[in-house]
Amino acid sequence: MSTISDPPAESFRLSQLINDTRYRSITFQFVALVLLIFAMAYLGLNLVQNLAAAGLNISFDFLGEPAGYDINQTLIDYTSQSSHWRATMVGVLNTMLVAILGCIMATVIGVFVGVLRLSPNWLVRKLMSIYVEIFRNVPVLIWILIIMAVFVAVLPQPRDFRGDDATASMVWGAFAFTGRGFYAPLPLFGPGSAVVVAVFVASLIGIVFYRRHTTKKLYDEGVLLPRTWPSVALFFVPVLLAFFVMGQPITLEYPALKGFNFQGGIFMRNSLIALWFALSIYTAAFIAENVRAGILAVSKGQTEAAASLGLRPNRIMNLVVLPQALRVIIPPLISQYLNLTKNSSLAIAVGYMDLTGTLGGITLNQTGRAIECVLLLMLFYLTISLGISAIMNVYNNAVKLKER
Amino acid sequence: MSDMHAHSVAYVRETMLPEQEPPSSAVGVTAWMRENLFRGWANSLMTVVAIYVIYKIVAGSLPWFLGGIWSTSSLAECREILQGATGGCFSVLTERWNQLLFGFQYPSEQYWRLILAFVLLGLAAAPVLFRHLPRGLLVFTGLYPFIAFWLIWGGTILAPLMALAGFVLGYVAFKKVEHQSFAMGALAFLIAAALTWWIGGLVSGAAPGVLALEPVPSRNMGGFMLNLILGTVCVSLSLPIGIVLALGRQSDMPIIKWICVVFIELIRGVPLITLLFVANVVLAYFLPPGTSFDLIIRVIIMITAFSSAYIAEVIRGGLAALPRGQYEAADSLGLDYAQATRLIIMPQALKISIPGIVNVAVGLFKDTTLVSVISMFDLVGMIRGPILASTEWNGVYWELWGFAVMLFFIVCYSISQYSQWLERQLQTDHR
Repeated sequence: MSTISDPPAESFRLSQLINDTRYRSITFQFVALVLLIFAMAYLGLNLVQNLAAAGLNISFDFLGEPAGYDINQTLIDYTSQSSHWRATMVGVLNTMLVAILGCIMATVIGVFVGVLRLSPNWLVRKLMSIYVEIFRNVPVLIWILIIMAVFVAVLPQPRDFRGDDATASMVWGAFAFTGRGFYAPLPLFGPGSAVVVAVFVASLIGIVFYRRHTTKKLYDEGVLLPRTWPSVALFFVPVLLAFFVMGQPITLEYPALKGFNFQGGIFMRNSLIALWFALSIYTAAFIAENVRAGILAVSKGQTEAAASLGLRPNRIMNLVVLPQALRVIIPPLISQYLNLTKNSSLAIAVGYMDLTGTLGGITLNQTGRAIECVLLLMLFYLTISLGISAIMNVYNNAVKLKER
Repeated sequence: MSDMHAHSVAYVRETMLPEQEPPSSAVGVTAWMRENLFRGWANSLMTVVAIYVIYKIVAGSLPWFLGGIWSTSSLAECREILQGATGGCFSVLTERWNQLLFGFQYPSEQYWRLILAFVLLGLAAAPVLFRHLPRGLLVFTGLYPFIAFWLIWGGTILAPLMALAGFVLGYVAFKKVEHQSFAMGALAFLIAAALTWWIGGLVSGAAPGVLALEPVPSRNMGGFMLNLILGTVCVSLSLPIGIVLALGRQSDMPIIKWICVVFIELIRGVPLITLLFVANVVLAYFLPPGTSFDLIIRVIIMITAFSSAYIAEVIRGGLAALPRGQYEAADSLGLDYAQATRLIIMPQALKISIPGIVNVAVGLFKDTTLVSVISMFDLVGMIRGPILASTEWNGVYWELWGFAVMLFFIVCYSISQYSQWLERQLQTDHR
């Protein structure tokens, strides 16, 4: 039986579709596709029938109509006569505002707490882990509402600032913290201020170039130039010079009590502040854990090797530990930013008019166009998260190349 | 040595000195404090600041807590008793505990059903959580969803019984056909179960009075119980769906893979609150005209979709972390895809992904508070709505929110502690 014969040419049997691995995957995919198409068609048919029954159609024309409602915190010009599209844009900007503010503050607090959790001080370590555990294990919605309640209940009302026997006073005559929100001086840019701003930007760029130059000098020639004081000088001196040369074009408009409320200055509503604080301290608890894990992930040998080379502790941190820890920290950090942005949609609970409050809230209720509004809302958040995850992939690949 | 120097040295010790106690600064509390609290001036400064912070917190909250009033019926009465002294009005908790826990519409003479369901939940969860308990208890775990449904929603016991029968008959059918192929078995399961449920629906509809508890409609659910129901139901439903999605995403079949990828990324890209909006205002458009689901069921559908996408990503991580050799070993044993997945791949992948799954579960349980935004009365909804809006308790913030924080903290913290314990238990790599 040493001859090798060709396998018998089998005819195709129907049972092969499910039992033969060559065809099975095609069968499964076909079935899945058919089921998907059927499900879509079923849902679509229901949608058409329901819309017809309700006398509705899918159209985005409502975005051009006047919105007819006021928004109490806007970054761009908006009146109740503006279109729904304008209201949506206000919402988008408000979402971005609270997300960016929140990310910055959460990072600052998170890094601070994360480093302190590794502190040699037992008491501080325990305090920080209590902070992390309490904030991580309670819903962010509760924190938002608690902080909102605290602002409204504890901070004074604008009327308390009035009269001779005022129970509250402004901080440095410039900042007022009231239950309605915070007032701060608004910088007014007069003629010639463009020069000052340009000089400031130029000096920032100058600092970056100077620091690069010192690094290059150090690596190429081994000459260690001073870095700290030239940077500080570059930061302050040109801008102050330009400011006074141009005749002080930038002035501050202070908030002042007029009638029942403060006028002028920058006003941040209590809802914005509450949302910002709550999102920051909640996300910071997660970031702290990421930072701690990142620092712990750098093996002790690295620190010891650096120490045996004679580096001082802060140089060990800056040159050896942090660059390696950052590689571990940054991907989860970015997904925390993403979470914070998505959680900012809880603004609706405290009445901050972010995108969920304008497009998904009042516009939806006024026009009754639920499908269009929710679709736009999801598209916006989807764009942001896909954009951020694209950036994250780029970063991950960039980091991976350097890996050994 | 002593001989040599005997003439020049006055005294030479010839015995060992007895061992001395270490200096008092190197042992005990002092040493510990020097090491951990006062090492260097910066460290000491931090200790002082920390002690000050702790003092501030304790000094602020302790008199408020100790001076609390536990037995008044309104805030005005409570303030009258306090006469301006520091103290919390905890009487809001003693007076409204039932609303906080069970919502304000659940009939109060039926609370025993909810408490019983909660106690049984612990019993049902125990064999899943602790592996050394007898395996026979798992039967009760399998029965629990049906018992809990009967207890919480009421109605005839036939409905959950028929649902259970559907699963049992489906399983029997699956076992009969399984030897042909897993896919055929699954098909047989679906057919048998669907048939039983259809017949069962007719039967239980015909006899609504058999062993019936007073039926409670879903819209009457509320309070912390609603959070617990949503959390438990959605996490348990999303586990199998998440596993299927993760396997789909890892599959070689492009169409199935892309269906799963699109679903997962779509869901993960949007906040839960937009999905709740979908449940609240949009989902009804996609259902056949004339049908009306309960809001709670629509919410369960959307939250389950949400959490299954997250769980799928966690399990995908576990699958990716398995060494390639495991897949190849399973293949070389001649196992087919279903067997390999069930016997080799999944047990290991799930073990790796336990911490991630628990994180998702805790996150999801916290996110169930979001339903208060679409005007459901869960714990947060109860506090914001009926209680803070009532004339008796308008203005009691700290006590109510403190209570909510405490409830969530207890549940979430114990879950995460359990997960850490389990991780240590399952650690099989002997490093």
